[in-house]
Amino acid sequence: MTAQNGKELEHVPAEQKAYATLLMYGCWIGIGIMVITYFFYLSGIIEPFVGIDKVTDLWHLPSDEFSQRLDIPGGWGWLALIGYGDFLNFIGIVIMGALTIIGYLTLIPAYIKKKDFLFTSIAIVEVLVLLLAASGILGGGGH
Amino acid sequence: MFMRLSRRVTPVFLWLSLMLFTSPVYAAAESAAAAGGGADWPWWFWPLVLFVFCFVLGILAVLAGVGGGVLYVPLVSAFFPFHLDFVRGAGLFVALAGALMAGPGLLRRGLASLRLALPVALIASTFAILGAFIGLSLPTTIVQILLGATIIFIAILLLLSKNVEYPVVTKQDAVGLALGMHGSYIEETTGKIYEYKTHRTWGGLLIFVLIGLVAGMFGLGAGWANIPVLNLMMGAPLKISVATSKFLLSITDTSAAWVYLNKGGIIPLVAIPSIVGLMLGSLVGVKILARAKPAAIRYIVIAVLLFAGVRALLKGLGI
Repeated sequence: MTAQNGKELEHVPAEQKAYATLLMYGCWIGIGIMVITYFFYLSGIIEPFVGIDKVTDLWHLPSDEFSQRLDIPGGWGWLALIGYGDFLNFIGIVIMGALTIIGYLTLIPAYIKKKDFLFTSIAIVEVLVLLLAASGILGGGGH
Repeated sequence: MFMRLSRRVTPVFLWLSLMLFTSPVYAAAESAAAAGGGADWPWWFWPLVLFVFCFVLGILAVLAGVGGGVLYVPLVSAFFPFHLDFVRGAGLFVALAGALMAGPGLLRRGLASLRLALPVALIASTFAILGAFIGLSLPTTIVQILLGATIIFIAILLLLSKNVEYPVVTKQDAVGLALGMHGSYIEETTGKIYEYKTHRTWGGLLIFVLIGLVAGMFGLGAGWANIPVLNLMMGAPLKISVATSKFLLSITDTSAAWVYLNKGGIIPLVAIPSIVGLMLGSLVGVKILARAKPAAIRYIVIAVLLFAGVRALLKGLGI
């Protein structure tokens, strides 16, 4: 490692700056939505699918048993219940989970443009790995 | 010098400890958790207690220089009535939210490096998925024992680990060179530009297999492991290692978090006050940190981790 006094810093790559901007806005949007939907949920303004009392009665159970007892669908099944206060909360949570995938999607064209095929491949494989995890294909046992 | 340090640290420590461990909400949380459920309390009690608890954890985590997830999982699983599945699920989102929040600033300043992060993130995130499945399929008692042992290991690692600010890398290895794992950054305190490159890259990448597994299994942010591997093993400067590690969590934890989400390991009632509480606590922690450097807090947190690890271990062993 070397140190020098010049001002010649290796430029922070444009794709890195774009990724940073996406994370910043996405994260605040996700948090904001979480706070709002949580308020709707707790205040009872939007009725939950599972009553809060039932949740507190059973949250000591493992996740699969919890879901079975409360008849909660697995994987992306919650989308069908988005109108309920409890499942509305998943919008903000899913945004947080999706940000990295979206960020990587912006990196792919940037690396292709640079003809950096190694990092293009790494970014593509990472997107596939994250999509596989997000899809629930590997096993969506239940909410 | 020690007297001066202790005078500065004591009020902060007392205040935090008071809030965290002697408050009525904490005592109530512990006794209700010991009773085996949360049914005896009004519904609003637990989200409120959890929010306050996580707010204080967020402050402590910043002052101690550790990630929120590593404190969250052992402490919340030890003192709250939620099943470990939900604690780990929320823990991953807690660590993810913290990493997403910190990431933009670190990336823009060139402290977190995509070139350093992307190759290791691919390995860690892939194995975090496997870790999440293993964690969700093992019996709770086994996970509890393994979690306890891991937390005790982390506490010892934090105690003994001596990171190097500017590791000497005389020659970059072939893997690091091929992956372009090098860069430069401005050291803001001196205005100097530092260039860095990695060595022992292949070995470092292999260790990220284990880091991913542990992160996914226990829902822990893996900063405690990322930093020594990037810094001590691969030779990245400490600032770059800390920043890249923080950013790395946003990728590693995303993959495991999706598994928990799809397998029903997320209860919004638990996850949201945890995420928001810890994030707000971290913001306050940063402000406190700007005024004082309470080094002793780090040792207190290590002691708390040891305590939580032993407790998890004993819980798993049924003692």
